[in-house]
Amino acid sequence: MGSGLGILAAREPDFQIHGLLKFELFGQELWLTTTHISVLIVCVALITFAIVVKAKLKDTEGEPGSLQNIAEMAVEALDNMVCGNMGSKGLSFRNYIGTLFFFILISNLSGLVGLRPPTADYGVTFTLGIFTFILIQFNNVRYNKGRAFTDLFQPIPLLFPINLIGELAVPFSLSIRLFGNVLSGTVIMGLLYGLLNQFALAWPAVLHVYFDIFSGCIQTYVFCMLTMVFITDKIPD
Amino acid sequence: MSQITNEALILACSAIGAGLAMIAGIGPGVGQGYAAGQAAAAVGRNPGAQGDIRATMLMGQAVAETTGLYGLVIAFILLFANPLLGKL
Repeated sequence: MGSGLGILAAREPDFQIHGLLKFELFGQELWLTTTHISVLIVCVALITFAIVVKAKLKDTEGEPGSLQNIAEMAVEALDNMVCGNMGSKGLSFRNYIGTLFFFILISNLSGLVGLRPPTADYGVTFTLGIFTFILIQFNNVRYNKGRAFTDLFQPIPLLFPINLIGELAVPFSLSIRLFGNVLSGTVIMGLLYGLLNQFALAWPAVLHVYFDIFSGCIQTYVFCMLTMVFITDKIPD
Repeated sequence: MSQITNEALILACSAIGAGLAMIAGIGPGVGQGYAAGQAAAAVGRNPGAQGDIRATMLMGQAVAETTGLYGLVIAFILLFANPLLGKL
């Protein structure tokens, strides 16, 4: 930033992905970035939580503790959400939706503890979008067998190119929705802390509640919900 | 009069383009407002279904937001990861 911003410009706004370590692989220049570190921290946190809860579940002596209650409540709410939206076929998708839900949720909330949210990197969200796309098409082929791609020619074969684009756009629209929401929050908070450094006392907490907690939870819900809707779409009754 | 370099021209036009891309924000604004208005009307008619209506409204608004986010992503690309500078 130049001097044009005057006294307010306390330091450079910091919301970009930073490279930490450069290395070469098969002649390609690759970077270990802050996103990798954030993903690693999120995964370690989730795995630790899973291991601790597993240990608590095995311990059947005495009354169940609060941690077990929280974990059971979360799993039950997720099961209800998946089965409510996908019907009886939803049971086999609980694992995927649950993993997706907790990973995206903790990723979005990680902005609260000062990490750069991993979902503010298009590489992460597009990977999730690709997973969902593969799952959709896999179930399309598995449940519809020979008639798998006939709905691309509905209602008239002339519309095939448009239907194809609509089908291929699914991972992009899913991932850009999540990416754009989280990134806009990250950028606004970065600008706030960078430009209003000395004035950012306590009140940015309100914006954190909106951008990280409210927006993060809504987008997590929407991503999982759309994944379920798209998969259910491909499963005939 | 000082000469305008190619790079400065591209940066200036990219900034204008980023601003123009954010015009896309009009559409989601109208769409989300319409969804919220309809949800308010629905709650007025049937206050018992408030929870379901809120969930449906938030879901619809989040989907309607997508077109605005496409514009936002393009604006960010033009500002922070400009692909045109590499073409010089």
